[in-house]
Amino acid sequence: MNFDFSEEQKELRDHARRFLKDRCPWPVVRGVLEGPAPYDADLRASVAEMGWPATAMPEAYGGIGLGYVELCVIAEELGRVVAPIPFSSSVYLAAEALLLSGDEANKSEYLPKIVSADSIGTFAVTEGAGALSMDSIQTQFAGNRLTGKKIAVPDGDVASFAIVLAQSARGPMWTLADLTKGGSTRVAVKTVDPTRSHATITFDGAPAEPLGAPGKGWELTQRLLDRAAVLFAFEQLGGATAAMEMARNYSIERYAFGRAIGSFQAIKHRLADMFVKNELARSNCYYAAWALMTNSPELPAAAASARVAASEAYHFASKENIQIHGGIGFTWEADCQFHYRRSRLLGLNLGSVQFWKERLVSALEAGAVA
Amino acid sequence: MDFNDNSEEAAFRAEVKSWLAKNAPKFAQKGSNVRREDESAEDIAEAKEWQALKADSGYAFIQWPKEYGGRGSPMQAVIYAQEEAKYPLPRNYFIIGAFAGPTLMAYATEEQKARYIRPMLRGEEVWCQLFSEPGAGSDLAGIRTRAEKEGDTWVVNGQKVWTTVAYMSDWAILVTRHDTTLPKHMGLTYFFLDMKSPGVEVTRIRQISGGSDFCEVFLSDVRIPDSQRLGEIGDGWSVCLTTLMNERFMGGDASRPDAKELLGLAKRLKIDGKPAIENPAVRERIAEWYVQSVGAKFTKFRTLTALSRGQTPGPENSILKLVNASKLQDIGAYGMDLLGTAGILADVDGDEETAQFLMAYLAAPGARIAGGTDEILRNIIAERVLSLPSDIRVDKALPFNKLASGAK
Ligand SMILES: Cc1cc2nc3c(=O)[nH]c(=O)nc-3n(C[C@H](O)[C@H](O)[C@H](O)COP(=O)(O)OP(=O)(O)OC[C@H]3O[C@@H](n4cnc5c(N)ncnc54)[C@H](O)[C@@H]3O)c2cc1C
Repeated sequence: MNFDFSEEQKELRDHARRFLKDRCPWPVVRGVLEGPAPYDADLRASVAEMGWPATAMPEAYGGIGLGYVELCVIAEELGRVVAPIPFSSSVYLAAEALLLSGDEANKSEYLPKIVSADSIGTFAVTEGAGALSMDSIQTQFAGNRLTGKKIAVPDGDVASFAIVLAQSARGPMWTLADLTKGGSTRVAVKTVDPTRSHATITFDGAPAEPLGAPGKGWELTQRLLDRAAVLFAFEQLGGATAAMEMARNYSIERYAFGRAIGSFQAIKHRLADMFVKNELARSNCYYAAWALMTNSPELPAAAASARVAASEAYHFASKENIQIHGGIGFTWEADCQFHYRRSRLLGLNLGSVQFWKERLVSALEAGAVA
Repeated sequence: MDFNDNSEEAAFRAEVKSWLAKNAPKFAQKGSNVRREDESAEDIAEAKEWQALKADSGYAFIQWPKEYGGRGSPMQAVIYAQEEAKYPLPRNYFIIGAFAGPTLMAYATEEQKARYIRPMLRGEEVWCQLFSEPGAGSDLAGIRTRAEKEGDTWVVNGQKVWTTVAYMSDWAILVTRHDTTLPKHMGLTYFFLDMKSPGVEVTRIRQISGGSDFCEVFLSDVRIPDSQRLGEIGDGWSVCLTTLMNERFMGGDASRPDAKELLGLAKRLKIDGKPAIENPAVRERIAEWYVQSVGAKFTKFRTLTALSRGQTPGPENSILKLVNASKLQDIGAYGMDLLGTAGILADVDGDEETAQFLMAYLAAPGARIAGGTDEILRNIIAERVLSLPSDIRVDKALPFNKLASGAK
């Protein structure tokens, strides 16, 4: 057993951390929060130059095929700095969906564009309020055309293509829509975290093609959710760790009643609780990374455990970070809000914690864990 | 014990209901519960008009003594608040008056009371509270703003922060330090201040939730006549305690969304194709928050019962804000969870019922900090209610100018 990153993986992490410290300090995140741009274009370009979208991509599609653990390492670092770029939509969702679909023609066409950052891809599933289920999907695919409305689509306003879950005569279906070819309208929407862009996409007979086996759209979605959950869990873990560090540093500098507030046990214990939650999440994440890398049958349970632990850890760390900062933490000027917003976005984007607890126990019931 | 209104209370409630039915609809505006950043001069004028109407009918600061325009009845104040909450009325900019007023009642001269209390009650003049500073919030006695006496006036220099409604205030209550060589609690002197005095500069601060309710206030060579000092020189701390005691009485009403709003949401949404309200986990959460909610509500009634017998509000009241602020944050987050991925949206198809949870999530961190943080409230409960030994204090006996203050 070796439950740690390799030397090379640690080097990658240190390198990524230095790079992001330099390229993605808080003013970059704030620029997207307050400005009209949907993402930071410079950061996106330099991340592509570094080859990060290529990390886990097979060489046949322009990738470097390092592996999923390496992609997880990068995800954690992007999470730490609350990176305001369309990375997860393309790499954790669109690319993973294409890989799962087994559709060679589309893989060859789109994956290299994700690697080079020529295209942004996304996965469009949500249609309304409530937990995701196939019943909630009304979008129809017929005669190679899509009709329906998808909401809260990540980077839906800037993506050039989307994998869309739809109903069809042959059952649930994944389809691929080129969003540049007309037939769809998209409207950017306001969300809890304006540092990541989201849109409503309305398909009005938009041209699209089937992706993956017909009738298998729901099953494919489940597999995609498990894979993406692991990668997002690493972003959450990075964010939770950074929020804890912010709170810890502040509690040493800030004085009240003649002492550092970190000397009060109420604050110490809160920080210790953050640390415990974060470390449990970290261990769950490492295990899930292994399951993802090896395509283990334990992936559904491991992914759900990692997602639940990381969602809860980030939620806790981000809200208590504000609390430990006191009044200043509640201001727009302070940087605490970035984690408070991002933790909620990441805690909901693939469905809520309850949704994942349900998936976890279903996987356990099915005996998916040794 | 009887949780129904007694006949007197029932009569008062009926009177309030009919007064509100007659007067509130004109002021009730759609979406006024929604905090807007861009409040207009008309919004403020309307709020003042409503406050004046209430004051003239005896419904503003009902807990105040009759001689100052109240009804001397905390119980009636609660009954009124319950009924008023049924209308979406203009924002209340006048809350600070509710505790600045009693401080004036206790320490100001008769002429000053005659001059200031009535306009305060009617909202003609808005008051703010210049207590917190960048370096002192929980540790209020650690403030640094200096006051130096020059003949009959004081010259004040310093910076205050998080001052709610300062941008539209006419007057302020202010705590300063007149002597840095005394131990911290002994070097404080309390004043009230004309916010239009030369040297007062106000900048609005934006909150996470988007609005800018609170401000930064810079005081540069601001001159305050000695006649506006409240309490003796060096007695500022006990005057502060009078203010804080009345502030404590104010808080504690649950904000919405509460368990009831979650129930409403759960009835509309689906989990696994079935109504969310049928899901046992959802039912359990709603039950937990409902129990907290009514627990807090009736705890407040118990405090009020004590009040109506002439006892002072005790530190037990700290329970209410402690429970309600975290509950608001948790319910906000949980409502978003129930909405699923759509919970990230500011609203789902413009539906306000879905929008309230995100707004609560963004506003609640402020509630856990304002008017005593969660941690300070727990200390109050532990030390003043349960009489646990207090923290060993390193700052009480030393001269203020010898205290450690850290980098922030
Ligand atoms: C929305 C809002 C409105 C406000 N309006 C006003 C206003 O109108 N007028 C005004 O004067 N002020 C106002 N305040 C300021 C408020 O009173 C202070 O923010 C609050 O008292 C906390 O002080 P602080 O911000 O300096 O935080 P700090 O006191 O620095 O606290 C930082 C952290 O340390 C913790 N801590 C401090 N001491 C202890 C201890 N002994 N034991 C354990 N933990 C401790 C705190 O709980 C907190 O988590 C407002 C604040 C907010 C958020």
